Amino acid sequence: MLLTLILCLLCGGFIAWLVGLFKPDMARWVSLVVLSLAGFLVADIWLGGLLPNGVIEGQAGLWYNIVNLTWIPRFGISLLLAVDGLSLMLIALTVFLGIVAVVSSWSQVDYRHGFFQFNILWTLAGVVGVFSALDLFLFFVFWEVMLIPMYFLIAIWGHEDRAYASMKFFLFTQVSGLLLLVSILVLAFVHYDSSGVLSFSYFDLLNTSMSSDLAFWLMLGFFVAFVVKLPGVPLHTWLPDAHTQAPTAGSVILAGILLKTGAYGLIRFVVPLFPEAAMEFRWPAMLLGAISVVYGGYLAYAQTDFKRLVAYSSISHMGFVLLGVFAWNAIALQGAVMQMVAHGFSTAALFMLAGALQERLHTRDLDQMGGIWMQAPRMGAVALFFIVASLGMPGLGNFVGEFMVLIGIFSVDVPLTVAAALGLVVAAVYGLSLMQRAFQGQRKVEGDVADFGARELSVMLVMMLALVYLGVYPQPLFDMAAPVVQHLLGGAAL
Amino acid sequence: MNLLWLIPAAPLLGFLILFLSQGRLSKPVVAVVGAGSVTVAAVLTFMVGLGFTQSGESAYSQHLWTWIDVGGFSPAIILYLDGLSLVMIGVITGVGALIHIYAAGYMIDESDYSRFFAYMNLFVFAMLMLVLGDNLLVLYLGWEGVGLCSYLLIGYFHEDPANGYAARKAFVVTRIGDTAMALGMFLLFRELGTLEIQSLLQNANATWAGGSPVCTLAALLILGGAVGKSAQLPLQTWLPDAMAGPTPVSALIHAATMVTAGVYLIARLHDLYLLSDFAQFAVAVVGVISLFIASFAALCQSDLKRILAYSTMSQIGYMFLALGVGAWSAAIFHLMTHAFFKALLFLTAGTVIKALHHEQDIFKMGGLYKRMPLAFACMLIGSAALSALPLTSGWFSKDLILLQSWDYAHQGPFFWSIAAAAAFLTSLYSVRMIYIVFFGDAKTEAHDQSGIAMNAPLVILATLALVGGMFGFAAVAPVLPDGGIDGGDHYNTLFWVTTAIPLVGIIFGYMLFSGRLSGIASLLESGFALSLKRYFATGWGFDALYDLVLVSPFKKLSVILKPELVDGIYNAVVIVARGFNRYLSNGENGSLRWYAMNMAAGLVLVLLFIVGVL
Repeated sequence: MLLTLILCLLCGGFIAWLVGLFKPDMARWVSLVVLSLAGFLVADIWLGGLLPNGVIEGQAGLWYNIVNLTWIPRFGISLLLAVDGLSLMLIALTVFLGIVAVVSSWSQVDYRHGFFQFNILWTLAGVVGVFSALDLFLFFVFWEVMLIPMYFLIAIWGHEDRAYASMKFFLFTQVSGLLLLVSILVLAFVHYDSSGVLSFSYFDLLNTSMSSDLAFWLMLGFFVAFVVKLPGVPLHTWLPDAHTQAPTAGSVILAGILLKTGAYGLIRFVVPLFPEAAMEFRWPAMLLGAISVVYGGYLAYAQTDFKRLVAYSSISHMGFVLLGVFAWNAIALQGAVMQMVAHGFSTAALFMLAGALQERLHTRDLDQMGGIWMQAPRMGAVALFFIVASLGMPGLGNFVGEFMVLIGIFSVDVPLTVAAALGLVVAAVYGLSLMQRAFQGQRKVEGDVADFGARELSVMLVMMLALVYLGVYPQPLFDMAAPVVQHLLGGAAL
Repeated sequence: MNLLWLIPAAPLLGFLILFLSQGRLSKPVVAVVGAGSVTVAAVLTFMVGLGFTQSGESAYSQHLWTWIDVGGFSPAIILYLDGLSLVMIGVITGVGALIHIYAAGYMIDESDYSRFFAYMNLFVFAMLMLVLGDNLLVLYLGWEGVGLCSYLLIGYFHEDPANGYAARKAFVVTRIGDTAMALGMFLLFRELGTLEIQSLLQNANATWAGGSPVCTLAALLILGGAVGKSAQLPLQTWLPDAMAGPTPVSALIHAATMVTAGVYLIARLHDLYLLSDFAQFAVAVVGVISLFIASFAALCQSDLKRILAYSTMSQIGYMFLALGVGAWSAAIFHLMTHAFFKALLFLTAGTVIKALHHEQDIFKMGGLYKRMPLAFACMLIGSAALSALPLTSGWFSKDLILLQSWDYAHQGPFFWSIAAAAAFLTSLYSVRMIYIVFFGDAKTEAHDQSGIAMNAPLVILATLALVGGMFGFAAVAPVLPDGGIDGGDHYNTLFWVTTAIPLVGIIFGYMLFSGRLSGIASLLESGFALSLKRYFATGWGFDALYDLVLVSPFKKLSVILKPELVDGIYNAVVIVARGFNRYLSNGENGSLRWYAMNMAAGLVLVLLFIVGVL
């Protein structure tokens, strides 16, 4: 089933490309159909429930679906795909935000439609692969599959500074990818040395014995690779450029999903594979998280470009995830998971909004906006909702995530909690200033600004409902992640 | 009592209807939905309150659903009704419904009528959650919710950037307090293992019996949240600017309900303050400084609404003082009577301002007592209660606070004398306001546009402001533990002095403003007095101070950081790589001599290496 899901996206990409060659306008419909199909597949896995006995020993009641096929037996590489509650919810988010991305760029692409959709679908396929691969080599393959189409999305359909931004994005991710590859290879060889079996399987590598020095450096390799993606300060500078220059669909996927692969990697690999080393590195990692929260929020305030502001706010919000992961207690970890999902919705919506404004006003410069509420009240109301969500209003999902991270880390480190809590104040400053500069005050744009139509509004409404649901009744999500969190905490007690 | 959940549900439903209809409903329908939902909530509150008092139980709680349940952190959405929350929901829905009805008339000319009522209903919902929540997290939900609605309604006229600024200021300043409060919640959760208020207080009493620095810290952090929301020192600066909102908003949010949330919070968690003498002392100090500073500031304002804003700040200062000296019931009693008379004063001010075509400067008013007799009567009643003239509602509550502060163990007479001095100032600025607005020459033509929707709430509130004190304390007294007044002999003198102070203030004020005390009046026109007046008028210069110390450094630093200094490192890598690239690609120039020379040089290097020189 998982393989079908990934193949569905990969093949769908080719079909969209082909269709686009003959009927450009049809390509986006192909994407929609493919993503809906993928949505059904995800729903099917979800509704199928947990596997009664885990294929992997001692892990009953954890996995929803497992695929295990031999691939390159000589090197111990297999097609090992599996999803637990955590990966499944992230995959569901991926498919949903894929649809949002396609809808948001419905009328914004004016050349090479087929190839555009191809890249979107391939990136998504890569992300789904990353969230489900449990063979580390396979994981790396998908890691690359998701990045290269994203590079194309920015480089071909990006805005004025796309060459610089896409190259920067590519270099940062490639260098960190190289670090990841080296770490994976060394880990596999160390495991081979100690056990005589060459394997890239996550389950085999879990309890590899190695010297604590080596474990530390390998952990650092994984950590840096994932923190670049997250991104954490000071490895974040690719993100504002990439997000700002990417086409709307690219920004939605980047912020909504790609960043989560970094967080997922931390949760899935860094701590379980190197528990002692991660414990040793706990405080610096949390410090980076707290710095990201405050610094990202502060720089968001300094921006005058709508998309850049939202991009920096992502850095701030993902800092909470970094904090939550390394606090490594159930409350903080569940908070981090919640933050990932909620941030996926809120930031995707804000980028979609930025894209919609750019399509209408041909600028992202906040100094040239103002008073748009009067011309497009529905847009204003939607913007208000998501800004309020992202500044952590109780009753919406982001609050639950951030509050739980904070209450979870308070028992671990008080000064860092205080620092991160300042992020709440800063979020109010930049969020409301965004609202003011774009939508309130005097009208600066002459003429009419087309308000949201049914297509955009319906997507926004779904995301609003999702955030309200996560905010007032988040328990189903926690229940879904609970076995995973329990298992992780039991296996790797920081 | 089973209907309890319907009380917050009614305004929430009103909000959803108004929000989802996106301005497509006609104005009468909007008014019916907007004001109706709160009126329904008020009727429900009355029924629930009746059932609750008859049942004789001390508390009733209604479990709705479990919000979160993770790793021992399990806040549930539980509504908790006891005497304290009953008083609060009574004030919120009762005064709230009157203000909504008034607003239906007041706002009728606004094009965005529906958005206004949507926000107002959302506010009432959030405020009800704040006082009904049995868990600090649910309280916090309401707490942030009212903050959001306050922001939205202050900035309701969003075309003017100044309103947007005032709205953001209110939100950000209170958020600073809220963050302190959140930290206090984290601390309480870590130490006591729960955020559920009743068991939290039990645990606190068990764990911290005899006091503890942790308890003091938690109580002070919670106090941080309370001073932010209730506009007390040092987070008071947002309230005067918040007057940018429509006047019914000022009445509902910035006088009767939201700004008193801090008082409610401390009263609700009073066990913590009983455990920490220092934290309770801090509450009293905050209150007494705030009430003193604010009454001077109120005396020097020229904007009608800003007078009332500073007056609110000062009256909440009395409530904080009451909490600090342990007069818990008196604090809640004053909260209630203040809701009556201050809502009355704001709504009356709204009527006057509307009649004068949105003129708020008192020096451009004047001579209105004949043209607007109802407004005059209401302002008179409201001011009498505010000044605590005998037998008005404010007299009952404020005298109780003053008398109990005299008995406070730490320098009680000192606290009393400052509070009494401020009571004198209160009657002084009340007289000034009435004298300038209603007497003298008319400077602006008045067109009274108030209909029944606006006048009926005024009459009801005026009645409450007059007689609300007589029956009110019976409702409040059993709610909280209270030393009360022990009835010693020294009260006789103290009582008469306390009662006489506002009367003296009024007589002095009347003589001063009608020009009978020319000596003092000319003294007040001297250069020093004028500059002092200007200083007081700015609210003692706190805005300028915060701007200098916080706001402008924040802005300046953001400009410095904006170019991303970290990027310099990465760009340096790029520059070095480009340099090598240029060097190496320059080498590939097709010149035979260059290649020959390089080969020779390379050969020499290799030979030297082999020989071992290098």
